[in-house]
Amino acid sequence: MFKFILNKIVLIIPTFFGITLAAFLFVRLLPGDPITILTGERGVSPERRAEMVAQLGLDQPLLVQYFNYLLNILQGDFGQSLSTHRPVVEEFFERLPATLELSFFAILIAIILGVPAGIIAAVKRGRWPDHLLMGVALTGYSMPIFWWGLLLIMLFSTQLGWTPVSGRLDIINYYFDPITGFMVIDAWLSGQEGAVKSALRHLILPSVVLSTIPMAVIARQTRSAMLEVLGEDYIRTAYAKGLPTWRVIGIHALRNALITVVTVIGLQIGTLVAGAVLTETIFAWPGVGKWMIDAISHRDYPAVQGGLLFIAMLVMLVNLMVDLMYGWINPRVRDGK
Amino acid sequence: MKKRLIALSVLSAVCFFSQVQAAPKTFVYCSEGSPSGFNPQFYTDGSTFDAAGQALYNRLVEFKPGETNVSPALAESWEVSADGLTYTFKLRKGVKFHTSKDFTPSRDFNADDVLFSFNRQWKADDPYHKVSNGNYEYFTGMSMPDVLKAIEKVDDYTVKFTLNRPEAPMLANLAMDFASILSAEYADVMMKAKTPEKVDTDPVGTGPFQLVAYQKDAMIRYKANENYWEGKPKIDNLVFAITTDNAVRWQKLQAGECHLMPFPNPADLKAMQENKDVTVLSQEGLNVGYFAYNTTKKPFDDARVRKALNMAINKQAILEAVYQGAGKVAKNPIPPTMWSYNDKVEDDKYDVEAAKKLLEEAGVKDLKTNIWAMPVQRPYNPNAKRMAEMIQADWKAVGVTAEIVSFEWAEYLERSKKGEHDTLLMGWTGDNGDPDNFLAVLLGCDAVKDGSNRAFWCNQAFNDLVQKAKTLSDQAERAKLYEQAQEVFKKEAPWATIAHSVVYEVARKNVSGYKQSPFGLHQFKSVDLTE
Repeated sequence: MFKFILNKIVLIIPTFFGITLAAFLFVRLLPGDPITILTGERGVSPERRAEMVAQLGLDQPLLVQYFNYLLNILQGDFGQSLSTHRPVVEEFFERLPATLELSFFAILIAIILGVPAGIIAAVKRGRWPDHLLMGVALTGYSMPIFWWGLLLIMLFSTQLGWTPVSGRLDIINYYFDPITGFMVIDAWLSGQEGAVKSALRHLILPSVVLSTIPMAVIARQTRSAMLEVLGEDYIRTAYAKGLPTWRVIGIHALRNALITVVTVIGLQIGTLVAGAVLTETIFAWPGVGKWMIDAISHRDYPAVQGGLLFIAMLVMLVNLMVDLMYGWINPRVRDGK
Repeated sequence: MKKRLIALSVLSAVCFFSQVQAAPKTFVYCSEGSPSGFNPQFYTDGSTFDAAGQALYNRLVEFKPGETNVSPALAESWEVSADGLTYTFKLRKGVKFHTSKDFTPSRDFNADDVLFSFNRQWKADDPYHKVSNGNYEYFTGMSMPDVLKAIEKVDDYTVKFTLNRPEAPMLANLAMDFASILSAEYADVMMKAKTPEKVDTDPVGTGPFQLVAYQKDAMIRYKANENYWEGKPKIDNLVFAITTDNAVRWQKLQAGECHLMPFPNPADLKAMQENKDVTVLSQEGLNVGYFAYNTTKKPFDDARVRKALNMAINKQAILEAVYQGAGKVAKNPIPPTMWSYNDKVEDDKYDVEAAKKLLEEAGVKDLKTNIWAMPVQRPYNPNAKRMAEMIQADWKAVGVTAEIVSFEWAEYLERSKKGEHDTLLMGWTGDNGDPDNFLAVLLGCDAVKDGSNRAFWCNQAFNDLVQKAKTLSDQAERAKLYEQAQEVFKKEAPWATIAHSVVYEVARKNVSGYKQSPFGLHQFKSVDLTE
């Protein structure tokens, strides 16, 4: 097992350097630079521009810039955001909890609804529950997120008044300093009456919206994994032994279908963290997705590089955990057989 | 007597308790974006001005609420010498800076703070000049380094600015956000504590509100400044709920999650006007949406071609479709609310036949060209792509085939600065209410190399008029020159002036005391909430 983990970690190192290079080049390939965006409609004289370019260190050859960047990273310095002048690390990790909190609830909803839906569809294959559930999943998968989010807001927030429109907390009635960055936990720590409830209420719509696509993917993948397993001989044997249906499906079949399901869930977590941009924008959720988009449109080189690198690391971490979970679910993987 | 005393004490007790029990008034503003930071000296965007310059700071002089005229603020009065080269400011006494967790001011605002605030931006050897890697964009953009000769402290409450040349817009410039006054004492304390950048991230100002907390892309929280020199604001807490999407802002306003929102989607205006819970505020914007010809390219170097193409554009239709009728068709590059606006100028009439004839005269046949459309929404142009489509259709009627081109914003700015476009849509919102801020910045010869003159139009007659007007201090004389400049502009037609838009804001019915700013700023010092 130890060797298995070590192998995985060793593989991460070249990936890490690959990503630094890709991130570095990617953002510089975009036309326009931070100065253009900063000066906007106003423009800037060539002399002043040269001064600013030099100030940002962008006048040096690309190779020199990259090696300086690498050198700094190895010393733990990811640079300062060009637009806020704050360390990129601080900016990113300040916002990560918001994204993680949202992603956690979204993936929870996606699993709780997606996995059973997939199982039911597989068991009732070809009959109406299968068609209905897979139809819903397909709809969910094809839903334009922005439109879907606004639709839910208009119905549940403006018309029915059940949930708040956007934000993370009722800011008129509650205020406390962030401690962990996770609003639900901070609300609980603040001890203010009703704050936790307010934080949870604010989580409902965004997590439902964010969970829509992963839920659909999980449901479809669970269904196909289950179908494959249900066709195996040992399932027929289990039935023949006279085991009750719930045991055959819930334990014998599901355990083997889980490998695929866990992979899919792992992949979805990666996408969630990196891809919550639209949901974060609609619900004014201060997460890393929105931060990255802003950094890209401002050509904030250090922020884009840092952000891409951190997100990539996070995805790798999740993948590593998924790999470890395979080993746990299926010993054949860990022993390399 | 005793009875009276008892009655009095009961009464005062009642008053006391009713005061204690009154819930704090929290005003929520659904702002459109995060500020770039909290030092207004560095930035040029409206979100930063609202969150920093307007809420936290004051300037020597300020624009009167709702107007473009300048009024006393941290300077109680001023004198300008006859040659227009010296400005002497008498400073206000008893103005207090905010107290923060790291800093308790030991003295009131004085001349040292003024010197610190300007020297930091101006002098490369100022110890604060390089702190936070600051770029003083507006200070440089408004030519302050060229204009300023000296800033001196005459005594604790008198400051003298000496200029290299007369600069008529000087006072208006000093009312802009970059000229906000920061505390020199706070700067010294932070420098000694080896945390100078805190001056920019943990702001201390003299303004009506004090910063409590900020979470980027989520919210900014302020409390009222009890010691504010104009009197404590009527609200106790001010919160900016940062909501970038205009449809979501509108939903939040309806749900009562905020009290005021800027930049509504023009398409929602009708529903807003019909909604009984909200008031739609509007003001003619200090802006212009324009369509520039790249005058360095053929056939756009010929004024007749530009004129003809202008005549082919149905601006009234654009006003209806793109601005939903909210605005005025533009005939001059400056808006009608600005002094020196030349109302005698006649606009190029929409006339397809005349346009065709003029094109023929200029020898232009089967012209193929492009129209660049901005990818962003601005008050001066809410939907550039739609506008481009309409111009494209209009031009087709005179035999001109145009392809619509658009890029992501940074790329759009970059490429158009290099002059890659044939024609492009762009616009401008004024900074200080001075005509120079439109005519020189957008159409002057210097602006060609700065990239803000995207028509690449350098006309000597026009440029001389505008440059001369800048050196005069008499407004009536300046106005005459600007009026002439507008005539030259119209004759030469480097742009098709499209429209001056109306700027809308939407407030809940219980909001009072709010005034819209012609500069698009948002100020809350006099705002109140009624039950």
